[in-house]
Amino acid sequence: MNANERLYRKRALKNAVAMFLSCGATAFGLLWLAWILLTTIINGFQALNLRLFTQMTPPPGTEGGLANAFYGSALMSAIALLIGTPIGLMAGIWLAEFARHSRLGTTVRFINDILLSAPSIVLGLFIYTGVILPLNLLTNHQVGFSAIAGALALALLVIPVVVRTTDEMLQLQPSTMREAALALGVPQWKLTLQIVLRAAKAGVVTGILLALARITGETAPLLFTAFGNQFWSSNLLKPIASVPVVIFQYAMSPFDDWHSLAWAGALVLTLFVLVLSLASRLILLRNRSH
Amino acid sequence: MDATDIAHEKTKIQVRGLEFFYNNQRSLKSIDIDIPEKRITAIIGPSGCGKSTLLRVFNRIYAMYPKQEARGEVLLNGENILAPGYSMNRLRSHVGMVFQKPVPFPMSIFDNIAYAVRHHEKLSRREMNDRVEQALRGGALWDEVKDKLNQSAQSLSGGQQQRLCIARTIALRPQVLLLDEPTSALDPISTGRIEQLITELKAQYTVIIVTHNMQQAARVSDNTAFMFMGELIEYGNTDEIFTQPKMKQTEDYITGRFG
Repeated sequence: MNANERLYRKRALKNAVAMFLSCGATAFGLLWLAWILLTTIINGFQALNLRLFTQMTPPPGTEGGLANAFYGSALMSAIALLIGTPIGLMAGIWLAEFARHSRLGTTVRFINDILLSAPSIVLGLFIYTGVILPLNLLTNHQVGFSAIAGALALALLVIPVVVRTTDEMLQLQPSTMREAALALGVPQWKLTLQIVLRAAKAGVVTGILLALARITGETAPLLFTAFGNQFWSSNLLKPIASVPVVIFQYAMSPFDDWHSLAWAGALVLTLFVLVLSLASRLILLRNRSH
Repeated sequence: MDATDIAHEKTKIQVRGLEFFYNNQRSLKSIDIDIPEKRITAIIGPSGCGKSTLLRVFNRIYAMYPKQEARGEVLLNGENILAPGYSMNRLRSHVGMVFQKPVPFPMSIFDNIAYAVRHHEKLSRREMNDRVEQALRGGALWDEVKDKLNQSAQSLSGGQQQRLCIARTIALRPQVLLLDEPTSALDPISTGRIEQLITELKAQYTVIIVTHNMQQAARVSDNTAFMFMGELIEYGNTDEIFTQPKMKQTEDYITGRFG
């Protein structure tokens, strides 16, 4: 065996070890994910039925569903998107197109990243002290925990996600496209909205979907903003039920029927987020193949 | 510099003492050049010589970047386009530009042409249809796309996209066309079509083309300017520049001794 061959064997051995460790790490990570998903599916599937979507959250020992919680989650998510998306879009456009290299832009981008990774319970607390307590005082304890406060807390989660993706997707667009439009005498605001934003549409929409996926599962910001409600409520100024909070309460309870409702809720949430992720992937893929 | 051959023609753009700065670093040094009307002027030179920079002054596209500055005089029809009051909008509807890489806008072929026209003029639907057809004919693209005007412009081939960009530019009826290495991203066949198109365009437009490809400059242009290290070294009739250059640097460059 000559020196070259020995060197080669040594390298092949190193390669095999590194490969084994990498694959092992991947498998280890995936194992937990698969375990979590399987547990959710098995337990949730047993509790899945039509009542889930037609009946209200029951007292222990009686039959019921999660209709009011689904409605509350949908309502608050929709309002949060309505508030958060325009703000996030505009801030993202400003960052990418008008403040890309400025010091102010860099600072705002940095602060946005902090907001992006801020613990969501802090945002809930912020709305509690900043909105609910003053409202409580002003209305003489008529308005406190409310759907609108929950939606505001969720909007605070939407904004940084949309800002980040919009900023990144716009920055990905080639500067030659901006130059080409400017060279035709089109002003910057017009080319930003009608050309650059349009070219980045798929990515921007994906960001909004991801923001929706993020807030769908959030419990902490709703605990002391939307609070929860046993009954169907459409009043934005009253407490409202939401799926994650119901899951939290029911899972903590000692009642078996509540446990199975919590599993069912968890399964539906998981599937919803899965569908959202798949949809955003599809949008991006379809756009790339053009 | 010798410009005797050019002097008797009608001048479209007159450059006097033009200097250009990137981050306070001087990249064009006191450029004087007269661009004749309805002729094709080629600007050649090695990478970094300032030829694209000079071109980008003619429509002030550099102004979108904060740390770039031009000083001196650039007269278009006798008016200084570098003067503070000169309208950028007006300048860019007079001076169109086509870039190295074709960049179709994310919309239909029709709208790619109509988009900027709509911004500058109010046309009826019929007038707009006519304008788009004219522009696409002018860009030698009409026959290939007339049945699919509503399709996305991204579905066109690279060469077609570049002709679309030329059509989009002439749809605004500019006086001057700036071409910044318009064929360097294209295959030889597309390049041939674009070169033919360029020679046809000079009947109506003043064309300035920056090119890396010396054969291209020799094939299409009437006059050629050779630039080196931010200076205009030699400028004159294309045939003379390529057959009997007066400056040693020009000769070295076109014979391939450097660059």
